[in-house]
Amino acid sequence: MSVDKATVARIAHLARIGVNEAEMEALVDELNNILSWVEQLEAVDTDNVAPMDSVHDGVLRWRPDEVTDGNLQAEVTANAPEEFEGFYVVPKVVE
Amino acid sequence: MTADLTKLTIAEARDALAAKDFTALELTDAHLAAIERASALNAFITGTADQARVMAKASDARRAAGQVGALEGIPLAIKDLFCTDGVLTTAASHILDGFKPPYDSTVTAQLWQAGAVMLGKTNLDEFAMGSSNETSFYGNVVNPWRQYGSNSALTPGGSSGGSATAVAARLAMGATGTDTGGSIRQPASFTGIVGLKPTYGRVSRWGIVAFASSLDQAGPMTRTVRDAAIMLGAMSGFDPKDSTSADLPVPDFEAVLDQDLKGVRIGVPDEYRVDDMPEEIEQLWQQGIIWLKEAGAEIKSISLPRTKYALPVYYIVAPAEASSNLSRYVGVRYGLRVEEDGDDYNKMYERTRGQGFGAEVRRRVLIGTYVLSAGYYDAYYLKAQKIRRLISDDFKRVYQDVDAILTPATPSAAFALGDRIDDPLSMYLNDVFTVPGNLSGIPGISVPVAKTEAGLPLGLQVLGPAFDEEIVFKVGHALERAAGFNEAPDDWWSDAS
Amino acid sequence: MSNSEKNYIEGATGPWELVVGLEVHAQVTSKSKLFSGASTAFGAAPNTQVSLVDAALPGMLPVINEKCIEQAVRTGLGLRAQINAYSVFDRKNYFYPDLPQGYQISQYKNPIVGEGAVTIDLEDGSSRDVAIERLHLEQDAGKLVHDLQPRKSHVDLNRTGIALMEIVTKPDMYSSEEAGAFLRKLRTILRFLGTCDGNMEQGSMRADVNVSVRRPGEEFGTRTETKNVNSIRFAQQVIDYEAHRQIEVLEDGGSIDQETLLFDPDTGTTRSMRSKEEAHDYRYFPCPDLLPLKMSEEFIENIRATLPELPDAKKDRYMNDLGLSAYDAGVLVADRDMAVFFEGSAAGRDAKVAANWVMGDFLAQLSRRDQNFANPTVRAEQLGGLLDLIADGTISNRIAKDVLDGMFETGHDADRVVEEKGLKQVSDTGAIEAMIDEIMVANPEKVEEFRSGKEQLIGWFVGQVMQKTQGKANPKVANELLRGKLAG
Repeated sequence: MSVDKATVARIAHLARIGVNEAEMEALVDELNNILSWVEQLEAVDTDNVAPMDSVHDGVLRWRPDEVTDGNLQAEVTANAPEEFEGFYVVPKVVE
Repeated sequence: MTADLTKLTIAEARDALAAKDFTALELTDAHLAAIERASALNAFITGTADQARVMAKASDARRAAGQVGALEGIPLAIKDLFCTDGVLTTAASHILDGFKPPYDSTVTAQLWQAGAVMLGKTNLDEFAMGSSNETSFYGNVVNPWRQYGSNSALTPGGSSGGSATAVAARLAMGATGTDTGGSIRQPASFTGIVGLKPTYGRVSRWGIVAFASSLDQAGPMTRTVRDAAIMLGAMSGFDPKDSTSADLPVPDFEAVLDQDLKGVRIGVPDEYRVDDMPEEIEQLWQQGIIWLKEAGAEIKSISLPRTKYALPVYYIVAPAEASSNLSRYVGVRYGLRVEEDGDDYNKMYERTRGQGFGAEVRRRVLIGTYVLSAGYYDAYYLKAQKIRRLISDDFKRVYQDVDAILTPATPSAAFALGDRIDDPLSMYLNDVFTVPGNLSGIPGISVPVAKTEAGLPLGLQVLGPAFDEEIVFKVGHALERAAGFNEAPDDWWSDAS
Repeated sequence: MSNSEKNYIEGATGPWELVVGLEVHAQVTSKSKLFSGASTAFGAAPNTQVSLVDAALPGMLPVINEKCIEQAVRTGLGLRAQINAYSVFDRKNYFYPDLPQGYQISQYKNPIVGEGAVTIDLEDGSSRDVAIERLHLEQDAGKLVHDLQPRKSHVDLNRTGIALMEIVTKPDMYSSEEAGAFLRKLRTILRFLGTCDGNMEQGSMRADVNVSVRRPGEEFGTRTETKNVNSIRFAQQVIDYEAHRQIEVLEDGGSIDQETLLFDPDTGTTRSMRSKEEAHDYRYFPCPDLLPLKMSEEFIENIRATLPELPDAKKDRYMNDLGLSAYDAGVLVADRDMAVFFEGSAAGRDAKVAANWVMGDFLAQLSRRDQNFANPTVRAEQLGGLLDLIADGTISNRIAKDVLDGMFETGHDADRVVEEKGLKQVSDTGAIEAMIDEIMVANPEKVEEFRSGKEQLIGWFVGQVMQKTQGKANPKVANELLRGKLAG
């Protein structure tokens, strides 16, 4: 499976990574190299094989319903590039 | 005197501090001085000299009061992927500019609890993605080793290149690394030190910047196997804040060292003999087999049939998980923000991530996004996870017949900086021997055993069954004893700084 | 799936069938969040109920809250649904400022609860089952505030990570009435179970409304999805509006776009949601920071064994065992607190009398005083005490209303209020006879009129006795004595 510029542009948008025109061509080639390399996996017989859903076949551990966290307004906003009265700030969102 | 202090192992320093041969502060100062002289290596992103001295003094005070932790007074370097409270943590990325976490990772908190001292945050490949430490926003790390008669700058390997260099150049007594596809074991081999990746789940991932969640594991990088056992003991343990953390007691890893290998069955996998494998590596591997036989082990030929698929599986699964783990870096709650007048949030995200991520990270996030996308999930991601189970099953099956596995650690010695950076695929091949261990979640160690003809160190890898780090330490220690490799790189960098 | 022609909408070119599916997001009642230990309480200052995990700081990891698992199972059992002992949490990846991780932890192919059904009660007295497709657990997102600074929006992550149950119906409702009945019933079930408070204004329950139309007997038409509808009335408006809009478009020869819409309550119309215009590729994959969820049979059975009596069963019991009418039983079970209150006041007493008081005067008192059945001034046992006083003749029904008022004013028991206000019913025949004599003497014309055939005047006479006794006379006794005396 190979990708073209339009596909890479779509994927880049899905990933919200700005790619300019100059970078695009090289990127298309690089991605295609990687994709054609991983193509070899198609040949492996995986009928009746369950995908790995946990590394050591473990089960999810549950925690009790207690309030043990929060009250960290200062800590969670300390590194924000823009902060206003305890809120994070983003460009105006139109819904 | 102070220069000699940096030549000690952790075990030796532990004894010397107990005997009051010197103080923790003197030990730390000796290392800080070495770091000062080593800027040419670019092993550190952030030095924490003041904090180190405060921690060292506190350690001396504790020792005077009779409180001695497992790593009391030992100065360590911390890979800049571990969040450290109040200290700049960058993951070697522009996108984490200025980020000072208000928390310590579980691993570093445990190290400070054990009495260790933080010398600084080491350089790495950006977001741990790389095997040569050439993708860091903060520049390349330079291997302290050079080929005989050459001044060419070599790679220390990656992604834990800064940690490996710091330990090899005696700037720190030990360092933390992380290993997702080989990022501890491969640089350990390239720099002639010991690097161990524990079983997945043995060490907590809480507070470590996530790359690939089902593969990442933190581990020790030290000059000896004993030191690695000491450090791993302090780093390990169940963490209720990490749902993938194993609720198992931590064995005394040091206790198995010095045991002989009578009755131990070592597997040698056919499939690890790759095309174009350099003669030197093959010979080293054979030498390792002889060493282990002489130590009492039984050698068996084994087959891990799906080995050759491990790298492509890794380069689907790891980027997929990374593409999702890195979605939080958008310039809202921390780090770099690039915004122009009139941008909506989408545009701001695109600018921030477009400028904040380096080329390798971008490549992997895009590959990851693609292999998870509609129409491709089954063919790529799901398929890869199925083959991953087959690879893991291969190991489980052979461990019914052998106790540990011996392989080369890397398919070559350290190469020159710049040699492979333009060819991502050739770079990926660095991890051919290490990646299967990550996919299967099993522990592995790289032990330095010899130098190549050109004068560069090489390691051999020992892999064990899940949660059996003890056999890995036991066999690794036997290799270390037999090989007797205790060389250090010549110091060329102090003059260059 | 069943439908009847009574639901068909008559268009210009013939009848149309409306098909509705609902995705309800119900906030789970729990103290802390689904994957973090921060509080779920409503109304706190911004970003104060946010842990490092909720803020998606580097290296943070999710750990699941056992209560949320329980609540989902409990709800699944209340929906008569299949409980899946094995389920998986997946990441749903997309970018939005209220989603700090850049993904929502949800469940995709292996949800915790499978197919079920909810019985809905319609206005014409009939009932039918609406099919449930599934229920899964997922994280709620944060809140965006748009009016604090010009050209900026502000993000509050307090709500981020609160557990939601997403309850998905099959496209199995055929009118806005049915959808309304479903939402009402679902909310009641959730409140009976204690798994969600169903408070739509506060946002703890919201619905995405899927609407399509088709010619009867044909394939499903293209549907539109109107998101985050936060009242049952709005949901019904959305359905009616969309149905008519879509029919008009189709009858004009146009086609329906599969759109995501928002409802504007001020205009009563739907409009396209600009920010979600592009088709989303969520790239679902199992969350690698979590392991598969496995529940033991024992765990599930323990929950089943401790389920409270649900509305349908309760209604049947009220009708069959307590003799209430379908209407009365229906009213009482629609509100869990009201049902609980009713049961407390009816215990060991005449259920119909209790029901009338609960649904009538008591409810009126609550409304006047802005109280509710969950925490009224007058407790169920106290109302029961009042009913006892009526039953044993201590007071009349008429006086009891005043006593109830007094009980609300003071919080005292019925008999204490009766004492304090001197409202004991007068049944002393001697005293009443004496009063009757006085009245008859004072009103000889009326006596004459009664004796000459105007029997309905008995009411006037009884009224006079009541007036003279400030309402405390036992009207039955008064009536009997009057008849005796008036007869001559």
